[in-house]
Amino acid sequence: MSEHHIKLPEGSIEKTTTTLNLGPTHPATHGVMQNILELDGERIVSTEQTIGYIHRAFEKIAERRPLYQITTLTDRMNYCSSPINNMGWHLTCEKLLGVKTPKRVDYLRVIIMELARISDHLICNSIVGVDAGAYTGFLYVMQYRELIYEIYEEVCGARLTTNMGRIGGFERNFNDIAFQKIEKFLKEYPVVLKEFENLFQRNRIFMDRTKGTGAISAERALNYGFTGPNLRAAGIDYDIRVHAPYSSYEDFQFNIPVGTTGDNYDRWLVREQEMWQSLSIIEQAYQKVQEFKGTEADVFHADVPEYYLPEKPEVYTKMEALIYHFKIVMGEVDMPVGEVYNSVEGGNGELGFYLISDGGRTPYRLHFRRPCFIYYQAFEELIKGSMLSDAIMTMSSLNLIAGEMDS
Amino acid sequence: MLTNEQIKKRLTEKFPEEVTGFEEPYGMLTFEAPKELNLKVLNFLYDDEELKFRFLTTLCAVHYPEKKGRELAIVYHVHNLEDNIRLRFKVYTAISEPDIYTATGLFSAANWLERETYDFYGVNFIGHPNLKRILNVEEMDYHPMRKEYPLEDQTRIDKDDEMFGRGGESGFGTAKTEEGSGTIPESEQQHEEGKPIV
Amino acid sequence: MARPVSYNLIKKPLETDISMADMPEGSMGEGFFATKLNSVIGLARKNSIWPLPFATSCCGIEFMATMGSHYDLARFGSERVGFSPRQCDLLMVMGTIAKKMGPVVKQVYLQMAEPRWVIAVGACASSGGIFDTYSVLQGIDQVVPVDVYVPGCPPRPEAIIDGVMRIQDLVGKESLRRRNGDQYKALLDSYGIQ
Repeated sequence: MSEHHIKLPEGSIEKTTTTLNLGPTHPATHGVMQNILELDGERIVSTEQTIGYIHRAFEKIAERRPLYQITTLTDRMNYCSSPINNMGWHLTCEKLLGVKTPKRVDYLRVIIMELARISDHLICNSIVGVDAGAYTGFLYVMQYRELIYEIYEEVCGARLTTNMGRIGGFERNFNDIAFQKIEKFLKEYPVVLKEFENLFQRNRIFMDRTKGTGAISAERALNYGFTGPNLRAAGIDYDIRVHAPYSSYEDFQFNIPVGTTGDNYDRWLVREQEMWQSLSIIEQAYQKVQEFKGTEADVFHADVPEYYLPEKPEVYTKMEALIYHFKIVMGEVDMPVGEVYNSVEGGNGELGFYLISDGGRTPYRLHFRRPCFIYYQAFEELIKGSMLSDAIMTMSSLNLIAGEMDS
Repeated sequence: MLTNEQIKKRLTEKFPEEVTGFEEPYGMLTFEAPKELNLKVLNFLYDDEELKFRFLTTLCAVHYPEKKGRELAIVYHVHNLEDNIRLRFKVYTAISEPDIYTATGLFSAANWLERETYDFYGVNFIGHPNLKRILNVEEMDYHPMRKEYPLEDQTRIDKDDEMFGRGGESGFGTAKTEEGSGTIPESEQQHEEGKPIV
Repeated sequence: MARPVSYNLIKKPLETDISMADMPEGSMGEGFFATKLNSVIGLARKNSIWPLPFATSCCGIEFMATMGSHYDLARFGSERVGFSPRQCDLLMVMGTIAKKMGPVVKQVYLQMAEPRWVIAVGACASSGGIFDTYSVLQGIDQVVPVDVYVPGCPPRPEAIIDGVMRIQDLVGKESLRRRNGDQYKALLDSYGIQ
């Protein structure tokens, strides 16, 4: 029978989809993004993403600031792992200026960057848990995330927007308390991470919710410019720490975890494994740093008087130091002409800095390659046809940081 | 392994006249091409069996007000993940006619990057599926990253000296237009000595 | 037979340092206590504030730490963080508010029922912070009236808690007639709120 017996009046079923406005201040969107979803029942037909609700014009500000003042801007991009941004920016400056950092500085940077990666992945993974309805994991690990903050505090004085390090190294040496705190972290954190893992990894509900949702193939992921854990979850082992080692990452032994399906579960697992790898890197770096004790290489900054602030007592007693201090603080150091692209493995992907200098005191142009701005484009493709509740989880498992996305 | 020399050779074989300005700042091969050819070059870099630049790292524009006729540079960073080599490719366009072809057909990642470039610099990407502002509000009637526009919020009246980028001798934050500064209130346009700021 | 579960062998005395709200001023006698309605309502309100976190950026992460087990804002009667503006008393704006976001802040403020309070957490929400740029609102007090500003970029959780305690002071001491007064109406009028 090809025809229905009962004819419906013309136009009685015209529009079967509903429009739902998700964001920009919805509790389920972690960060300020707006999604206008077209829903057929609970299935998503299409979506339109609007971003820019926290656009702060980083790139324009950077054209007006000397190099060291831009560090504060990088803090506020991916605020879950600001030290990585700081170090990435310093590495870019050092590349432009041709500064060679001592090994110990590199290792200290590695410790801090890996701590930042852990804190970034920890927030992301626990938030995925929250969206699946498991608040416990989040509350549990947030307490131990404070340990990382305490280490930052000991090193630079700030918790979140760290502004850590200077061009050429750190502003001061790590004190004994900092090392004790790192030791304490290395001792206590693995237990916590394991327990956190036990809560989720083989949890039936969690697996059912995450497996097969928000999946992307490797080809599409590459085409969309995915990097970081999201790309690795799709099965491509691209990691800048290995492909273009910076800050002496080549001295460390670690694995790059890769997924297969690129779905939410794989992303979660990749992050989880990366935290274990980061722990191992921190341990190795910690051992290496200890070896410097008492040797001549026990330094915390490179010898670059033109860019590194001199010690305070020297400023008061030495003419030369006073001049350098004045020049640096007033931003009167000219940069060499050149253009440089440098990238580091940020918490959520390849964080790139494209710096053009025309020989002035401020960058002529500074472009940030913000990973989540680039991969959030794929969101529509990831959630099309899936349930609304899965879209929320997909959003959090992509690790979107609004501050970074909107620049 | 692919080297910069090989890439350069392949490119000059294919585009003997058009591709110019080879440089290697800090080890990254950089070159430019006429703006009409931007897609052809990108396609060649993508499809060529030897080059295989199939990952768009980033895309941005740069404004050079003093280069007449080539004020806007659009810079593509592409990456060959197999051989792990990066490449920088630039096209220049006049600011009066900022039309270039879109790369969205080749790279899905280019979509928002081009919208951002349009938002910041007003580069018109021909063939882009949805070319509208992405970060700023729709009502904005200028492209803020161009050099002539001020960074600072011009409604503020409390931080009004040159250290805060408003007025002063160096003219920070003042729009250098023909008729004088359009963005600064009348009362603030006078410098201390009675001279106009711009 | 049911009996109360006991965990310790030795019964501990009731701890004395349990924080109790102070009794308002009043006259007390056998079986009665007389005080002003103002103080009673103030007392009740200030210890049961429902915050609405409007977190946009970095300060939001510090707020997460404040809500978490380590700092625990719930100790101040703000256990329930509501995400619906209609049910909340305290709008906590944390993070940069871009000009694109300004109307949203105002909309959320309008949706809240009186009495409502606003706290601007962090330099960006208070004054634009380091982002004196074309796209950033130079302080949320341009669009909504603010009661307490918390400085810092971002403020430490202790500072956020301090801000909440200041709000508690304001709430506790507020006159019941304030929201009907001419001064308050004039304040709202200056923001174009009816």
